[in-house]
Amino acid sequence: MAAITMSGLTKVYPNGVRALNALDLQIADGEFFALLGPSGCGKTTLLRTIAGLEVASGGTVQIGDTDVTGLPPGRRDVAMVFQDYALFPHMSVRDNIAYPLRIKKVDRRTRHGKAAETADGLGLAELLERRPAQLSGGQQQRVALARAMAYTPQVFLLDEPLSNLDARLRLEARTFLKRLQRDLGVTTVFVTHDQAEALALADRIAVMQGGRIRQVGTPVEVFRRPANTFVAGFIGSTPMNLIPATVRDGGIDVAGAVLPIPETAGEVTPGESITYGVRPEYLDYSPAERAGALSGEVVVVENLGSSSLVSLDLPGDAGTVQVVVPEGDEPQPGDRGWVVPKAGRALLYRDDELVAAPIPAQPAGANR
Amino acid sequence: MNTTVSHLLGRIGRYVFLSAVLGFFAIPLLWLATAPFDSTPKITTSMPDFALDNFRALLDNPYAVESLLNSVWLAGGTAILVVVFAALAAYALSRVRIPGRDALLYGLLLLSSIVTGTATMVPLFELAFRLNLIDSRLGVILIMSGGLLPAAIFILKDFMDSTPTSYEESARVFGASPLQIVRHIVVPVVRPGLATVAVWAVANVWGNFLVPYLLLRSPDKAPAAVIMYTLYTEGGQADLRLLSTFSLLYSLPVVLMFIFVSTRYGFRFHGGIKR
Repeated sequence: MAAITMSGLTKVYPNGVRALNALDLQIADGEFFALLGPSGCGKTTLLRTIAGLEVASGGTVQIGDTDVTGLPPGRRDVAMVFQDYALFPHMSVRDNIAYPLRIKKVDRRTRHGKAAETADGLGLAELLERRPAQLSGGQQQRVALARAMAYTPQVFLLDEPLSNLDARLRLEARTFLKRLQRDLGVTTVFVTHDQAEALALADRIAVMQGGRIRQVGTPVEVFRRPANTFVAGFIGSTPMNLIPATVRDGGIDVAGAVLPIPETAGEVTPGESITYGVRPEYLDYSPAERAGALSGEVVVVENLGSSSLVSLDLPGDAGTVQVVVPEGDEPQPGDRGWVVPKAGRALLYRDDELVAAPIPAQPAGANR
Repeated sequence: MNTTVSHLLGRIGRYVFLSAVLGFFAIPLLWLATAPFDSTPKITTSMPDFALDNFRALLDNPYAVESLLNSVWLAGGTAILVVVFAALAAYALSRVRIPGRDALLYGLLLLSSIVTGTATMVPLFELAFRLNLIDSRLGVILIMSGGLLPAAIFILKDFMDSTPTSYEESARVFGASPLQIVRHIVVPVVRPGLATVAVWAVANVWGNFLVPYLLLRSPDKAPAAVIMYTLYTEGGQADLRLLSTFSLLYSLPVVLMFIFVSTRYGFRFHGGIKR
């Protein structure tokens, strides 16, 4: 087990693509850490650079007390689970799990014993003689995890661990993975493009864009207080409402309505243009007029199961605002509606960066 | 009614045509199956007057059986060289990006048909002479290998390409060396391709007449394809008794090998892993 420290890490591919751009990141010992971002943001490159499958163009990677920047993958004491699981098709489950020990020149009896023991812990005891092709997706994933565990590394690296599973299985595997990581207590870094997966699994999340880290924080921090409009739009099953607004004396003019300045916001000067951000989940819908509310015409109602996502057209060119309405209260398209932000949940953004008041209780995770 | 008749006639016509084509290809094979057991074989196929005399006569021929062994040596040696070098080259070409790689491969493929072709026999003979490889089995093996390698590399590269690199990366992260990766992962995964290339190389050498005929001087080194050319009676007529018997013995190993490899691995000329 070990912490991972990256400083000034840069990766430029031969074709000139700068996949990682002077990136600094610390991952604590035993942490379950998510690298989250849209495709092409460099998250997989970062994972592969930690593994040693990509050679850094600049900067350093440190695992524990060792600078591993120049070490080949086999000498970094990390195990990686690939997106396609990369199980060797010609080997049985037993031989697959025992493979890392075969490389370590452990004798056959010991490594088969260890493989059986690891497989047993993951509910694979019945499948030891099977070939990977005879396993379901979930079983293949567990074999890949067992193989990584048999290596007893200091760090686990998981590349899109759930994306090859179908939707229902994914939820099951997510719970399994979280429990397994907590039981093992090994530093684990995983890559995902699915924000829900990152929020559900990780102790901390790094949101990446264009080879840079846009925010690092706990799931609660990145969800409640996105450091910039990119993270605000990326995190959450529905993106945050970002509405152009103007600061007035003692309030904010948002699409014709005057709302109170959020208590979370830092210094703002009257007259300046600003972006008002609030999640659809943090808005209360009301069919009757209320004070301090945005009002608009209902244009779309999307059923989400136990709730509905309602889109309202705001007056002028302020665009639309989306609000989550609990079941039973859904309006009809064409209705006029009012929405009120919940206390302490609205945020202000200036030039795409959060205008944050210093937080008294817990320090915000490295905002940069 | 009319349509039924024309339909029927069409059907009959089709089967008659197919039978003729089938007969055209089947009769030589039938001859190969019956003539060796006929004490007086002719150039036509007929019910044999069953006897094994022909085999006895063949065993008396000083070079016949030995030539089959020579064929095995040449074909086996070439197949091993081709498989080993083609696998290593195909792996490297599949994994390393070099500019002009595909042009190189297609160029080699184009030239390879020339290497063992008739046109280059004079320079090849000259080369073998300078290298002291005349009347040497090694010379034949090297020249045959050179001719077969480009196509073998081409076929195997396709197999290598369709093997996910994540297999190798996974092994690398566990600390496997490049040679361990080739031995543990790559070779087993592309085994159907290796088997296909080996069989194809054996069949090519087995049937090649020109190269061993020109390069091998002593009759005790000549392979079966060359010895068959010497099976004449004193009168200069083709000795059909020996020729038919020898042909049967000559073709059996290749047929058996095809059946064995085909049932074991299944022939595939393209990659693709069943997952």
